[in-house]
Amino acid sequence: MALNYDQAVAKYDPTLGLEVHVELNTNSKMFCGCSTEFGAEPNTQTCPVCLGLPGALPVVNGKAIESSILIGLALNCSIAPFSRFARKNYFYPDMPKNFQTSQYDEPICVNGYLDVEIETEDGPKQFRVEIERVHMEEDTGKSLHVGGATGRIHGAEYSLLDYNRAGIPLVEIVTKIVGGTGKYAPEVARAYVTELRDILRSLGVSDVKMEQGSMRCDVNLSLAPIGSGSLGTRSETKNVNSLRSVERAVIGEVIRQANRLEAGERIVQETRHFLEESGQTRPGRSKEQAEDYRYFPEPDLVPVVPDSAWIEELRATLPEKPSNRRKRLQIEWSVPDKEMSSLVNAGLLDVVEETIKLGAEPTRARSWWLGEISRLANEREVDPTSLITPGQVAVVISLIESGELTDKLARQVVEGVVAGEGTPADVITKRGLKVVSDDGALMTAIEAAIAAQPDTALRVRGGNIPAAGALIGAVMKATGGQADAAKVRELLLKHLGQGE
Amino acid sequence: MAAISRDDVAHLAKLARIDMSNAELDHLAQEMSVILDAVARVQEVAGSDVPPTSHPIPVNNVVREDVVLPSLSQEDSLSGAPAQAEGRFKVPQILGEE
Repeated sequence: MALNYDQAVAKYDPTLGLEVHVELNTNSKMFCGCSTEFGAEPNTQTCPVCLGLPGALPVVNGKAIESSILIGLALNCSIAPFSRFARKNYFYPDMPKNFQTSQYDEPICVNGYLDVEIETEDGPKQFRVEIERVHMEEDTGKSLHVGGATGRIHGAEYSLLDYNRAGIPLVEIVTKIVGGTGKYAPEVARAYVTELRDILRSLGVSDVKMEQGSMRCDVNLSLAPIGSGSLGTRSETKNVNSLRSVERAVIGEVIRQANRLEAGERIVQETRHFLEESGQTRPGRSKEQAEDYRYFPEPDLVPVVPDSAWIEELRATLPEKPSNRRKRLQIEWSVPDKEMSSLVNAGLLDVVEETIKLGAEPTRARSWWLGEISRLANEREVDPTSLITPGQVAVVISLIESGELTDKLARQVVEGVVAGEGTPADVITKRGLKVVSDDGALMTAIEAAIAAQPDTALRVRGGNIPAAGALIGAVMKATGGQADAAKVRELLLKHLGQGE
Repeated sequence: MAAISRDDVAHLAKLARIDMSNAELDHLAQEMSVILDAVARVQEVAGSDVPPTSHPIPVNNVVREDVVLPSLSQEDSLSGAPAQAEGRFKVPQILGEE
């Protein structure tokens, strides 16, 4: 009988370790002036430095150092007074230099922590995830394996390399061993990566788009029998590219490892790949032989010795902690917990805050972003914030509040803005979307509706108020949905002797 | 005598993907030991007042502004490549590694 997750964590205690790689959003690469812009033709953002041509010399991007220090400070790390780069040597063509410039025993930030909150059966509980190190390195090129059935390496006849991404500044954030989570390991892992993403976003140092690879997570996991006080052999799951996947990868590995241990098999120390479809992992490279990257200090780069006054200046610019900000905004806007998590998970907190700052009522601002705009974005498979600006949403909301637009018309305005028809005002003009609130025009339509349905009108006159619905419907139809329904109702009932 | 064993050399050869015969491994183990001995003599000279160094010039914090500079064209980037396809460097399949 295979163990399920609950049975697995009833017998075994999971221990986590999380490594997160974040691409910084600098304009130029880590060690050269090549652009970091995404989507260029292959090998058009390369130069002698990032191609590793003989004689080329790297120089560190100052902005990348600043971003790395900001990350360290936000994660409560100590900033190393002296830090160096090192060469990580390995035989794989994703780096044309045959080594990756990274940091080894002298990383820029060490010993931090991040507190995360998760929901447990006993209510919300806080976990402290300790940070081992934050170090600077560079991203690798992109490989395309040709000839294999699945685009994987095995079976491929040859590989094609695009080095546009090689050399883009990368920061790796490594936790210490995270124990004591018990069965909540998946939730803690997800909460940590979520909180980390929000912090990085608030610092403005990265796009942190997991789906696009600007933030990537490797999950280390081991199991030990509960109460044994020892640590098991770990596996490292790569390719975990969404918050949901972080949680699923932990669950999948707990189940897999527990069942191996139950069957008396041993856990192999290896790299595994997360499979998005099944939530399971497949084996990759075995790490039975200890890795040997022959690290040595990078002779072409000089040490980083950040001035303590500069560090304090950077510390003073740290933004409000995302967890504090969320709590503050939730109270200010009186948002239910569930809706607040929807806003945060959809990455809509900033735009909603902006929309409210521009005068929109909080409930309307939230429901427009989470509702109609998110729906349009899902249809197009794009980010909601790319479709319309907070300013435009605020304008639409103010027009609803002033009665110049009905909700229905407002949806058409938003749709028009999204379709590229211009500003809300442009769309209103072009599509002729104005609430008909002119009494004269409405009365003409009301009289026409009464003339068309004399029996209904008679029933309303007789006191059957619900019957008015059919007449109101006819007026709305006649005005192409542009009439203010409440106003129509008021005028109609008054006309038929039922108004106050 | 700095000890570098035949196994050490075999390990390094494997890391560097160099196929070596037994005779070559033995020969290199000896040669490399001699080199290491020579280098080790530096340690005899350097007292505790001499900090380890990785760089001949005592310079720190050389940084670059985050400014985009022109890159090579795709044609120039690929001009030294033994093989290319679809604007990319073409390399032989890689076995047993990901």
